[in-house]
Amino acid sequence: MGKFADTFLNWEVMAQYAPKVLEGFFVTIQLAIAVVVTGIACGLLLAVARTFRLRVLNFFIVAAVDVMRALPPLVLIMILYFALPTVGIKFSGFVATWLALSAILAAFSEEIFWAGILAVPRGQWEAARSTGLGFMQTMTHVVLPQAVRLTIPPLTNRTIAITKGTALGATVAVGEILYQAQTGYSFSYNPSPLTLGAIAYLILFIPVVWFGRWVETRFAWKR
Amino acid sequence: MILDVRALHKSFGQLEVLKGIDLQVAERELVFVIGPSGSGKSTLLRCCNRLEEPSSGSIRVAGIDIMAPGVDINAVRRRIGMVFQSFNLYPHLNALGNVTLALQKVLKKPKNEAQDLGVKALTRVGLAEKAKAYPNELSGGQQQRVAIARALALEPSIMLFDEPTSALDPELVGSVLAVMREMRESGMTMVVVSHEMRFARGAADRVVFMDQGRILEQGTPQKLFNQPEHSRIREFIASIEH
Amino acid sequence: METLINAFFNTSILRETAPYLWSGFLMTLLLTIVVVPLGLAGGLALALLSTVKFRALRLALIFYTDFFRAFPPLVLLMFIAFGLPFTGLDLPAFASVALAFLLNTSSYYGEIFRAGIESVPRGQLEAARSTGLGAAQTLAYVVVPQATRNVIPDLISNTLEVVKLTSIASVVALPELLYAARQAQSITYNATPIIAAGIIYLVCLWPLVRLLSRFEHRQIALH
Repeated sequence: MGKFADTFLNWEVMAQYAPKVLEGFFVTIQLAIAVVVTGIACGLLLAVARTFRLRVLNFFIVAAVDVMRALPPLVLIMILYFALPTVGIKFSGFVATWLALSAILAAFSEEIFWAGILAVPRGQWEAARSTGLGFMQTMTHVVLPQAVRLTIPPLTNRTIAITKGTALGATVAVGEILYQAQTGYSFSYNPSPLTLGAIAYLILFIPVVWFGRWVETRFAWKR
Repeated sequence: MILDVRALHKSFGQLEVLKGIDLQVAERELVFVIGPSGSGKSTLLRCCNRLEEPSSGSIRVAGIDIMAPGVDINAVRRRIGMVFQSFNLYPHLNALGNVTLALQKVLKKPKNEAQDLGVKALTRVGLAEKAKAYPNELSGGQQQRVAIARALALEPSIMLFDEPTSALDPELVGSVLAVMREMRESGMTMVVVSHEMRFARGAADRVVFMDQGRILEQGTPQKLFNQPEHSRIREFIASIEH
Repeated sequence: METLINAFFNTSILRETAPYLWSGFLMTLLLTIVVVPLGLAGGLALALLSTVKFRALRLALIFYTDFFRAFPPLVLLMFIAFGLPFTGLDLPAFASVALAFLLNTSSYYGEIFRAGIESVPRGQLEAARSTGLGAAQTLAYVVVPQATRNVIPDLISNTLEVVKLTSIASVVALPELLYAARQAQSITYNATPIIAAGIIYLVCLWPLVRLLSRFEHRQIALH
């Protein structure tokens, strides 16, 4: 047991690398927030764009969304970081990870928003339009408020899953938690930094998972 | 003339639902439209505010040609009130919110003014005290009356009712019909698609019978219910009133 | 345009590296075939355990599930792959990957099955018990079949995620598809292998994505 503690919970090693892991903690948070904001905003925009029912536009949106939902996130990050430089486009690790995860979140949230918009009964559109409300007014004041309520549980779940992908940034040298923990492990040849990293992630994500649970129960009953 | 429909045709793909409708509705008239399902009654109504796009023909509301290329359809729809069979109240807004949404966004009225007008409309349908209630807290009859208030608040030139009581429990129908009767008394022009024959007998100025996309016959309630020229009508009315 | 084709769709490099990619693909397939059934079984077991009346057990299970849902899979993988050897337990790469995946996916599958079990109306249980069926029999013949049918879309969705997740095994040098592609890329200094890997993932997973889309729409609409 002492050996276990020495190996995985070595206070000296952890103290040595704690500052770095803390740095990584903030990078993870930055990256996660950036991904959530751009991902969901783009997803919503794409879903609204689909309501215009322009055949060519829709085709491209659906195709792009399908691709982003089928590709593993790590593969996309690798393509952005390793493949694009061969044609002259160089992204930093942070940007590559942010772009990849945002694109994937945008794709998933577009599908969720679109399903939500479709689920709003036709009668709502008709009632609003028949009182003279324009297309965008109807979207903004009648349809989207109802659609969004339906989408919150699946959207929350999906967002949480994708923000955990920020750990993938470690593979392209983004200085987030895992990268710092891994570096610490390589230098000290002791897995305690990894333990520290794990704890950091848990501190970050367990509340998020609880929040997700709460959201699911709250929005399941509203109607 | 508030509503002037001429040679209206409407097809859904291969299926022709309206085969040449001519209908004129004068100010303050209450026109009742009856007929078997599939006869095109709802479609006719929905063409009048272009919820369905007519295939051909002309429709004029209060003198405005609603089919004209440059017409501002949203402005036109303000003048036409529509009440649906399934109420279609906005579930995320309370009764007052439902009524004032268009007042604020379409007529651009400031919030206070909109709320005053909203309360007035709700009072007219007897639901002023339910202004803060949400649709899921109201009975079917109350919801439909809020829907009527929502349309009335815009002060339309004509009100279209698409089977307003068909989705209601029998006990609740009376409250909605009472509101409609009051509207008629205050001079609103109304076109009503419905099966409520007794209401028609008492309140309608004219009854129009539609069958398979055409107007078969129209006339006063007395004429149509008691001495229709077509036996089809007699059979239909007999089957409904039982 | 020419440079694009040479950089991303170079046929000679593709031919050269095809064997690597193929064995990588097979490894991905093997990983999937092992991990998905294990995860499903584990998840079902967790869900069934949570139906026990013992409050402490249920709380422990919820904690277990939240723990592994909050833990980013890559971090868990590294922890097991690099940390475990320190305890004297030296697992082959495949085994540590499978273990990490099992812990992660059984939590997700467990949540899905649990929601499915809860969605079976009480009346079903009551009817079954009132005909004399025991608790275990009721579960086996009445509840679980219905629960599973109710959550098939979510199960498919999660399985899709698991297959995509196999790509992170490349980080601990398991020679699956992404690893093979990365190796091929560094040897040939050309990005074609990675693009090819991406396309392989797309081709294999796109049908699932389309299938899932249909289910999602129905699910949201039914609310």
